[in-house]
Amino acid sequence: MYLALINLPLLAALVVWFMKPGIRRARVLPVIGSLHLALVILALTTTYRLRPDAWFRLDPLGGWILLVVSVLFILCAFYAPAYLALRPERDYAVFGVCMLGFLSMASLTAASRHPGVLWVGMEAMTLVTTPLIYYNHNKRSLEATWKFLMIGSVGLALALLGTFFIAYAADLGGLGEPLYFDRLIAKGSAMPANWLKAGFVLILVGYGTKMGLAPLHTWKPDAYGETPGIVGTLLAGGVTSCAFLALVRMYSVVAAAGQGEFARGLLVAMGLLSMAWALVFMVRQHDLRRLLAYSSVEHVGILAFGLGIGGAATRFALFHVGANAMVKIVLFLASGNIVRSYSSHGVQEISGAIRRVPVSGWLFLMGFVAITCSPPFAPFVAIFGISTAAIQSGHLVAGAAFLVLLGGLFVAMGSVVLPVLLGVPSHTRTRTPYRDTFGTTAPAAVALLLALVFGLWLPRPLDALLTRAAALAEGRP
Amino acid sequence: MTINLLLAITMLLNFMLVATSRLNKAIQLAATQGAVLALILLLMHEHWAFHVVLMALSTVAIKSVLIPIMLSRAQARLKVIQEPPPYIGYTLSILLSALGTGLAFLLARQLPLQAGVLGTLFVPASLTTLFTGFLIMTTRRRALTQVVGYLVLENGVYLFSLLLVKNMPLMVETGVLLDLVVGIFVMGIVINHIQQAFDSQDTHRLAHLRD
Repeated sequence: MYLALINLPLLAALVVWFMKPGIRRARVLPVIGSLHLALVILALTTTYRLRPDAWFRLDPLGGWILLVVSVLFILCAFYAPAYLALRPERDYAVFGVCMLGFLSMASLTAASRHPGVLWVGMEAMTLVTTPLIYYNHNKRSLEATWKFLMIGSVGLALALLGTFFIAYAADLGGLGEPLYFDRLIAKGSAMPANWLKAGFVLILVGYGTKMGLAPLHTWKPDAYGETPGIVGTLLAGGVTSCAFLALVRMYSVVAAAGQGEFARGLLVAMGLLSMAWALVFMVRQHDLRRLLAYSSVEHVGILAFGLGIGGAATRFALFHVGANAMVKIVLFLASGNIVRSYSSHGVQEISGAIRRVPVSGWLFLMGFVAITCSPPFAPFVAIFGISTAAIQSGHLVAGAAFLVLLGGLFVAMGSVVLPVLLGVPSHTRTRTPYRDTFGTTAPAAVALLLALVFGLWLPRPLDALLTRAAALAEGRP
Repeated sequence: MTINLLLAITMLLNFMLVATSRLNKAIQLAATQGAVLALILLLMHEHWAFHVVLMALSTVAIKSVLIPIMLSRAQARLKVIQEPPPYIGYTLSILLSALGTGLAFLLARQLPLQAGVLGTLFVPASLTTLFTGFLIMTTRRRALTQVVGYLVLENGVYLFSLLLVKNMPLMVETGVLLDLVVGIFVMGIVINHIQQAFDSQDTHRLAHLRD
């Protein structure tokens, strides 16, 4: 069952590789995406006995993240055929294989019970997403790919060393293989504190690099700036969510062993630093895609901050993984359409997007409202919950800084985005034959609808899933 | 005691790596370091179990033969051997790595090892090697030299993983070897693209993307 989640996309990738060239290769993606989502829902709703030595298991924490990634993937998959039809010069095989490979590795990461397997999943995910960043095959995308690969590899090497540190701590604490997370959480109280602390610092730096927490985010603006919107969606909503899951898993071990206080302090500091950094670079940003990249830095900062506050905020941080992913779909896909229409992502070259491509323009405007955490969208619920929890638990300074930064980020992003969308499109601007079609706008509209619905109402099964996931994230059995 | 001597040699190789300006010498030094690591692995175990010997052999094969040959071939296609001046001068780099070594020893005092290996230099050697690799990756301009830096960084992680071979062999072997083989393989492909696109491997030319 859980193996099917991992193997189905892998098999499909193999099929895509050997298919005849043509747009049919892209049509495999929605089919597999739908099957995968059905499997995830099935896995979450049925309970059945599992061998205690099974390597993979979808617990509520991994299940919630995989549910988000699977929904994200399916929306991207329905966008893909319409998008790829606009790029007939490109080869679809590598694109399809890498997209499916990503889905498979996300399932592996979410379902792994072992820190080593979790790390292997993250490493493999980096490798399959590398060709996607080089999708445009020009010098600029090559530069972005090189930075992504080098910085990502250093981060993963540090995360591996951190994982080894924790494993050594377990060894000293009398725990041998297999180091399943549930065993580490239940029996990890004898692990020596210094090894855990050193291990967590390395893991925070390592997986934080993959998440894009400042100051380890430097690959992000380049990678997001030079890839198509669909790949940006996958990176900003998928890869970062999986990296956050990896961080949460290791945090739960450290917290259960009694070092939660230390870890939370670091997480709050990194979260606020990321938000402040994003604010500085968003002001007068000249590139639409890079603006979205800094928005992504901001939102992974919110995730780290929420986890660092702990208690009720953990649940809202996990909720924000989903909220952020949905709104990122809207922003990246709609901005992709706008950029295509103007043939540029410099903000000076784009104005009056709402008049020229009305559907994408409106979607982007709504996405902007949602991502800056305005009601009634889902991110508002998340940050409202996190800031309330921060102030109630006595983090007055941190909570105040959090709110001030959010306000600043709203103004900074608005001052860049609004001139792009509003106003009159100048006739001197480049105009490509691109027009909004159903295929290129419907997935973003569905994502916006989801963000709106979850901002107003959370179905009871999802609510229960989140509560159980939050307990696991804090290392409570 | 022999193990401590070998660990000290690893740290000495770090200093030589930071000091060298020639790429082919850096490749040789990194390859030597890989072989030293395999030797340490063998000396740590009195009874050579099958998986230990296999791991030592594959370490030598990958770290000291396969990757160095791949890097040398890529380098042979270049006309210049001398590294373009790094972002931080050689003298300052050596001073920095001396500072890093001192810090690593301080940090290692906080992290006591198990009874059998108590008093060995595993933790400081691992941390300094990691730091050296990081220094090379961030201060050198040529893509190939940065890959050598990654190789050294990986050696640092590998060095620490040796402590876990006995009790957690599976995790160590999959993690380290997968990372190295696949990571460097992909980097090799990207370097090839860089060379074709820019007709050079100076990553200084990869500087169009900025805020």
